[in-house]
This record gives sequence, structure tokens and C-alpha cells, in this order.
Amino acid sequence: MGTTMTASRPFPPPPPRDPVSAPPGVPRLYRAVNGRRLGGVAAGLADYLHLPRWVVRLGFILLSFASGMGVLLYGAFWIVLKVRPGERENPRRAAIEYVVALAAGAIVLLANARTLPLGWWFLPSLLACFGAALLWRQASETERDRWRRLSRTSLTAGAFDRVGLLRMVAGVTLVLAGGVFILAQAGISAVGVGLVAMLVTVAGIGLITGPWWLKLVHELSEERRERIRSEERADIAAHLHDSVLQTLALIQRNASSPREVARLARSQERELRTKLYGAGVPNGQFGAALHAVAAEIEDTYAVTIDVVLVGDAALDARLEAMVAAAREAMINAAKHAGITSVSLYAEVSETEALVFVRDRGAGFDQDAIGPDRQGVRGSIIGRLERNRGTATIKSKPGEGTEVALKMEFS
Amino acid sequence: MTSHEPAGRPTVVLVDDHAMFRAGVRAEIGQSVDIVGEASTVAEAVATIAHLKPSVVLLDVHLPDGGGPAVLAAVRAQAPDTHFLALSVSDAAEDVISVIRSGARGYVTKTISGADLTDAIRRVAEGDVVFSPRLAGFVLDAFRDSDIGPVPSADPELDQLTPREQEVLRLLARGYSYREIGAELFISIKTVETHASNVLRKLQLSSRHQLTRWAADRRIV
Repeated sequence: MGTTMTASRPFPPPPPRDPVSAPPGVPRLYRAVNGRRLGGVAAGLADYLHLPRWVVRLGFILLSFASGMGVLLYGAFWIVLKVRPGERENPRRAAIEYVVALAAGAIVLLANARTLPLGWWFLPSLLACFGAALLWRQASETERDRWRRLSRTSLTAGAFDRVGLLRMVAGVTLVLAGGVFILAQAGISAVGVGLVAMLVTVAGIGLITGPWWLKLVHELSEERRERIRSEERADIAAHLHDSVLQTLALIQRNASSPREVARLARSQERELRTKLYGAGVPNGQFGAALHAVAAEIEDTYAVTIDVVLVGDAALDARLEAMVAAAREAMINAAKHAGITSVSLYAEVSETEALVFVRDRGAGFDQDAIGPDRQGVRGSIIGRLERNRGTATIKSKPGEGTEVALKMEFS
Repeated sequence: MTSHEPAGRPTVVLVDDHAMFRAGVRAEIGQSVDIVGEASTVAEAVATIAHLKPSVVLLDVHLPDGGGPAVLAAVRAQAPDTHFLALSVSDAAEDVISVIRSGARGYVTKTISGADLTDAIRRVAEGDVVFSPRLAGFVLDAFRDSDIGPVPSADPELDQLTPREQEVLRLLARGYSYREIGAELFISIKTVETHASNVLRKLQLSSRHQLTRWAADRRIV
């Protein structure tokens, strides 16, 4: 074994990373091909953990004295780990080493199966090791990355500050104490003592791994939140694409027509505000209905309507008539006043509803309006009067127009 | 809208995190006012305003590291003669009320025309108050209920609008200028201005607890 190795360096440089399967900063665990003594497991692990190789090797050797655990672990790693993509092993040598490793594993297994009390620990641990290895191999790339990140950030970070170290020492002590208890009482039928020993052991394990579990739970909920956030982002991006980008394209094509540009921009602004703040969504309220007709007129006549609303009420037949009259007033302003902006003010209290539609446009002489002008007389004044309201129109040539609608609640 | 011309061109600092918007404003009003400085963050704004002490600050409500209220809180003591005019794309009541209560003398939206903005800057520079129709609507709405909350007010006068003030606000909300309001109510422009600044004072000092709650509840545009 180890015939082709070069001198092992205590601090190997970080291995070059596979640019496709591992993003920079996320090293993956591989069996080393260069500088290995046996299967490359210890060397690969050392590279991955940024530890000197001899430390990892010593760890495996020491673990091997614990009923051969090191040997089995090594074997398990050997089986599940791949070599780095792009590197190739000598296939014949690999096969020989494989057989040697399997044989060693079998010997350790058989030797331990017969010895008590560690024997009955042995098979479960072995199964657990292989189970974990299998899980690791089956897990998707993202899952592996998450586990790696979790173990790194929680276990090591927790262990290497002062509190973490104390916790770790206390936990290990408790586990050892529990184990000694169990071993010492193994022959005696002292159920109570056994129970205490078990509790002590469980407490120790809890102390050691508790932070890791907490962190795991925390990270999982964090991840769920992150997923929701990214879904929201995707939703907003889709919306922006469907509406804002389309509008911007239209604006560029209509750049020579200021009125059209203003109309497009205004319409997009309104839509975005509705999306962001939920205003103007039809909800059976007076205010929302006014917003809706104002939007319709803005789009049709390329004017800006500033809607100011104080109070609100549920729409009924009378308020609907008021909205319709306000719509006529706004259309008149948009069509005849020769302006680009109209003010709409509406106030609803418990006793009355008021609507004012005002423009600073051409204005007109009220006496000069013929009876044929149905727009004002029929659809504004008449409509309000039929619904027990009043409509007054104030206008002078050159001074703009204001239509005031008033309705008292009985 | 004021009756007299200002003594000189007002000096202005622009605070907005969008460079494109600052450039647009500069191009539009740079002819009629002196834009002496620009800032894009709260920290920059505080340093610039404290150093230049302009007559007017055009203040964006939303900045990446805080916002208009944060600038006002940090710099008002250092530049007591500087007036602030809030300028924002947001029409949310929450934003409007918070920046006015922090000490701004007016609030206009970014869609305002260059001429109207220049006019608003002049008026704020002279110590007047600038109520856009929407701000007037917000104030009317906020002071509408007679209920002033469980805590008895220290100064009940601050918690109510007088009928005259309500009339003025209603006309402002309908899009009337101060001059037109004066003509409508048969009062002088000066009186209209006084009513407007009284309303602003009440808006800033009132302890009506539901003023803030109302603004927060009402996420309308």
C-alpha cells in the first residue's frame, strides 16, 4: 500500500474545485488520488476539513482500537465516496485495495460480534454508519450542501467558542459517565441505576447535539421563508414584465406624442399603485367606484384626474347615480375644457355626500347653453334631481368649470 | 400664489436617492431657484444641510437608510431657518402624516409640474405652508371624527379644526389656490395663509392618538 504516494504534506493546498458541480467556496468531499496511503479516504477528508493528514489518519487508527470502529468507518467512507471528477485511479490497484478493505472489515465485524458487552453495540453502529453513508449518497446535491453548511456553522461554531467548549465537555463527560454506569452495573439487576445512567447519557447527548438540532429547525424555517420570498419576487418580476416593461416599450414607440406618453405613464402608474396598495379595487364602495370611473376617463381622454376622497360609504342606487353624474362631469371637462388635469373631490359623511369636479380650462357661458346640450342637463342635473340631490355648475369663459353634486341622506 | 415676490432666489438642497430624479428636478426648476447642493442618503443630507443652511430642502420621504423624518429629526436644530418641503411618489397617508409631523412645511407629489414646484418652493421659503389637494383631504379625514381617544388632551384646541379651517381645507382639496379661496370666502390671502399654517400646527402638535393610527390604517393612494 502507499507505493506511489509522494511525501505527505502537513498542509495540502486546497484542491482545485470542479467548477460545474461545486460553486466556489463549497468544497466537496472526495477520496484523494494524490498523496493517499490506502483508499485516499483520510487524505480526502483532511483536505476537506483543512486538517493535517496525519491528524485524520491518527484519528482513524485510534478509532480502530475502539473495537475496530476506525476500520469500519474507513471502509464505509471508501465505499460511498467518489474520486474527484477528472481524476482516475489505477483500476487494478483500486480493486485489490477494495478486497483488502472488505476483508479487514469482515474480520473486525466477526471478531466483535462475539465479544460482549461491546458486541451488541457494534452491529447497530455499523448499520447506522452504512445508513448515513447511503443517505449521503442518495441525497441531492442541494441537500448535501445544506447539511454540510449546517454542520459547519452550528456544530463547529458552537464548539469552538468558550460556552460551546464547556457545553461540549460537559456533554462528553455525561455520556462517558453514563456509559461507565451502564458498564459497571451491567451484571447487577439494578434497573433504577440503569435508568439513571440512561438519563445521564441522554442528557449528555442532548447537550452535545442540542444546538445542532435547534439550528437545524431554525434553518429549515428560515429556508421556508426564503422560498416564500423568492416566490413573491418571481411573482413581482412576472407582473413587472407583463405590465411595466410593455408600457415602457409602448412609451418608446410613442415618444413623439407627449399626450400619449403621459396617458401610458399615468395608466401604468395607476395599475402599479393598485397592485402595491390595493387602492381602486372594486369593492362595492363609493370611493372605489369613483376611482374606477376616473381611471376609465384618464385612459380614454388622456387627462390626469386627481382623486381626493374623504370618508366612504357602501354604494347604493343614489350613490351610483352620483358616480354616473360625476363621470359625465369629468368627461365634459376632458372633452371641452382643453386641459390635461381635472380635480375630483368627494366627501361622504353620515348626513351627506358631496362631489366636486373642477377644471381650470376654457369654461363657458351658462346662459348661452342651448336646450339641446343634454350632457349637462340630462345626465348631470336631471340625474341628481331624480335622486333627491342637487347639481350646481359654476363656470365663466376663461375661468374653468366646477360641477358640485350634493346628496343628503335621510 | 403669494402676494409679494421673495427678496431673492431661494437656495435649495435636493435630497433624493434617485440621481435621475435629481437631474430632472434640476433641469426643470434650476432656472428659477438656486440649487446649491444634492444628497442621496440621510447622512449625506444631514451633513449638506447643516453645512449649506439652504432656505428650502426638497426632501424625499423614502431614503435607503431612513427617510425624510430621519433627516428632519437630525438636522432641524442645526439649521433652524431652513424649511422643508416633502416630495415623494408615495401618496400613502402614513408617509404624508409622518413627514409633516416631523416638521416639513408641505407635501407635494413627484408628478407636480415644474412651475407648480417652483411656486411651492417660493411659498415654503417665505414660511408659508403648502397643502396639495391630497394632503388637505388627508387632514380633513384625520380630523373628521369627534372622538379624540381615551387620553384626555392637554390642549383640546389642537385636536379640533374650526369650521373656517375645514372650509379652507375643503377648498384646497377641491384644487383651489389661496387666491381663489380668498375670493370664495371673502377673506384676504393672508387670512387663508394663517388658516393653513394653523392647520399645519395642529397636524404637527395634536395629540390625537388616532392621527397616527388613522394614517397607518389607511393605506390608500
